[in-house]
Amino acid sequence: MLILENVAQSYGAKPVLKDINFSLKAGQIGCLLGPSGCGKTTALRLIAGFEQLNSGAIYLDGEAVARPGACVPAEKRKVGLVFQDFALFPHLHVAANIGFGLSHLSGADRDNRVAEMLDLVGLTQEASAFPHQLSGGQQQRVALARALAPRPRLLLLDEPFSSLDVELREKLALEVRDILNQEGITALLVTHDQHEAFAMADRIGVMHHGVIQQWDTPYNLYHQPNSRFVADFIGQGVLMPARVLNSRQVEIELGVLEGRIPGECSQEGGCSRCDKGCMVDVLIRPDDILHDDTSPVLATVERKAFRGAEFLYTLRLAQGGRVQVLVPSHHNHAIGEAIGIRLDVDHVVAFRQ
Amino acid sequence: MPEPESLSIPSVAAPPVGASSFTGRLGPWLAVLPIALITAVPVLVVLSALAHPDQTIWEHLWKHVLPELLVNTAWLVLGVGLGVTLLGVSLAWLTAVCDYPGRRFFAWALLLPLALPAYVTAFVWLGLFDFTGPVATWLRESFGILKPPPVRSRSGVILVMTLALYPYVYLTSRAAFLGQGRRLMEAAQSLGQSRWHAFLKVALPMARPGIVAGLLLAVMETLADFGTVSVFNYNTFTTAIYKAWFSLFSLPAASQLASMLIFFVFVVALLEYQTRASASYAASSRAAAAPSRIALKGWQAGLALAWSALVFGLAFVMPVWQILDWALNVFEQDFDARYLDFAWHSLLLAGLGALLVGTLALVLGYAQRLHPTSAMRVAARLSTLGYALPGAVLAVGIFIPVAWLDNQLIERLGLEGQVLGGTLAVMLLAYCARFLAVSFGPVDAGLGRISKSIDEAAQSLGVVGARRLWRVHLPMLRVPLLTAAALTFVDVMKELPITLMTRPFGWDTLAVRVFEMTSEGEWERAALPAAAIAIVGLLPVFMLIRHADHAHT
Repeated sequence: MLILENVAQSYGAKPVLKDINFSLKAGQIGCLLGPSGCGKTTALRLIAGFEQLNSGAIYLDGEAVARPGACVPAEKRKVGLVFQDFALFPHLHVAANIGFGLSHLSGADRDNRVAEMLDLVGLTQEASAFPHQLSGGQQQRVALARALAPRPRLLLLDEPFSSLDVELREKLALEVRDILNQEGITALLVTHDQHEAFAMADRIGVMHHGVIQQWDTPYNLYHQPNSRFVADFIGQGVLMPARVLNSRQVEIELGVLEGRIPGECSQEGGCSRCDKGCMVDVLIRPDDILHDDTSPVLATVERKAFRGAEFLYTLRLAQGGRVQVLVPSHHNHAIGEAIGIRLDVDHVVAFRQ
Repeated sequence: MPEPESLSIPSVAAPPVGASSFTGRLGPWLAVLPIALITAVPVLVVLSALAHPDQTIWEHLWKHVLPELLVNTAWLVLGVGLGVTLLGVSLAWLTAVCDYPGRRFFAWALLLPLALPAYVTAFVWLGLFDFTGPVATWLRESFGILKPPPVRSRSGVILVMTLALYPYVYLTSRAAFLGQGRRLMEAAQSLGQSRWHAFLKVALPMARPGIVAGLLLAVMETLADFGTVSVFNYNTFTTAIYKAWFSLFSLPAASQLASMLIFFVFVVALLEYQTRASASYAASSRAAAAPSRIALKGWQAGLALAWSALVFGLAFVMPVWQILDWALNVFEQDFDARYLDFAWHSLLLAGLGALLVGTLALVLGYAQRLHPTSAMRVAARLSTLGYALPGAVLAVGIFIPVAWLDNQLIERLGLEGQVLGGTLAVMLLAYCARFLAVSFGPVDAGLGRISKSIDEAAQSLGVVGARRLWRVHLPMLRVPLLTAAALTFVDVMKELPITLMTRPFGWDTLAVRVFEMTSEGEWERAALPAAAIAIVGLLPVFMLIRHADHAHT
């Protein structure tokens, strides 16, 4: 459906995107996730057709829409866009906004399609309201309906929830996902917020310095990050120094971890050379550690953050290492208190030091 | 949260898709270059006079003309500068920061003098203090004072121009005071400063860029003024240019004088540009709430009220009342078919001017939006430089190339008489050069408020080019375009030197009529056309007031 092939982009001497490759199947929702300046917005604008491609190719439905020197202009790509600021036309009411891209249809067809879209996003009552009379969430849905009305081949969403209240974001993300799934829309989302990405996307590409570090399912990104950057950017956790005992075992301060050792070690072949005794960093997520009062292993509470249902404790180990652990919030320990912990790791993620 | 990466995409390096074709890149320049030339040519023509000084003319000017002009101009700038700062800042501070009876009324009423051309206020004052005028008569009859205070003097000009121009400083410094909001004052107070101290230490220094910007605008208007000084027979560069041209028929002398004036003006314009560039810290966030006011009590409130009323009375009520009185006196005998002609000429010029200048401003702004390159910005800045050019200078700068073109046409094609010179086309060209900035300001700001993603939204929905301009931008620019047109309309109507110096022979407008009547001391008869100008002039001031209210409430 959407294919990016060796896409690279630079402005002057400054490379913004390097060798981007990924594809989306029809009906899939993809996401480019990364911090500011990682190049994700540039990628989106290249797909939309607002920027000229330097090298590589972008295919939509098998048609090459962008190659160096030969780009289909944005208005001919049939790619819908939901903008960060929604970009609703302030002088047009909701129905006219949604019908804006439908001038090729006859009056009756246009009205039908607009009514259909209003119904889809649940704004039939607001058809004749002006954008400034709507709440942020409603504006967002108008922007979505407007982009979907001309039946685009692909929908692009640029930080679509970032101008909304935090409480509203996740709710709307799920709502939008339902609408897209219901309509069978292929979509690509760009965001710096992993919660948004997790709530919306089937496939996520974590971007850093113009490179897609990992293109994977949300689950795999969290549990099997392939680089330090991804491990650090996605979710919480700490990297602890560990010694490789053999191809299935590493030893950390808290004990020996067993499991396949994937990640950088296996991929780069780095560990095969120092199979034994090699020092690596192991990713320990808060859910890899359990609070257990009966455990002989004690750690001191250094910091605590109340999260409602649970506490996120930062613990200092005997030899100075630090780990984070999520504990149900009825276990209310004071700072400085020593509590028992136990490892519960079912796979090992290790990186070369 | 806007991402830096999306802001920093350099459109210079990467032209937007669809702009890559030859015509795509050239098209905007074909539109913008001629517009820039309208301003650039007169400036260059006048400046070239500076590069080729004529020995004999210079000697004559140095001996007989320049000393008086320089002294007069220096006094005028100094006096008006001080005057407008005193009036503008004090009134802005009272209405923006304090509270006293009548504050709400004066807050907008004090802007009304903007509607009166300075030359109208000027002849009212002269008429009032004339030997047969009401003030002189009253002084004589009530107090036996035979000699009324000499209004036709340097201090008289300064007083009148101060009353006419203080609204510039009032407007900008009031906006600065209001824009500061309450937070910083509260912060200063929380750090132990008294309210007055906080004002002096925080609010006033922060408002300085706003004050200076208004002051420099007023100084530019002072340098450019032709009507007021000629009513007062106070010789400055503009009147000297006019005399050199129309009494001595020496275009070279006129252009030498114009080149000197342009030099002074550019110095001021440069200062103004710099303050504007550095004024950003005075403009605070939109969230700034209206400052909690200092409530004046007792004699303080009385004094504030008296000061506001005095300035408002002298600068607006008295001139307007007097003009209406005079106009009614002479209406019966003076109003005839010629007046319909004057009015028709004024409306035609102002209407065409507003339409043309508004269109050019839109073209300029739109080209800049589609191609935000630095070359395009320079072109736009060049095109809007004309606001700094005194009308008298522009008239010279336009007349010289037009006369040259006329000669070429006559020689080459065997045409007779003037072809271009003395036509409406040349006048309109001069108006464009002079007032493009007036129109460009609102249009550019209006375009600036339309986010780039609106353009892209339309594009992604298949709507580009002229259809996008028609369906998206024009409707969104309705208010700015109307503002631009209204401002230009009134400015053209009030305009004196360009109209006077480039109009077709015998083509009188209301402003020209005012000028001619005042030159003969016929104050009452000048009042009739002046009243018409003043009434039309109120229109954009009311728009400005409404806009200011929207921005601050």
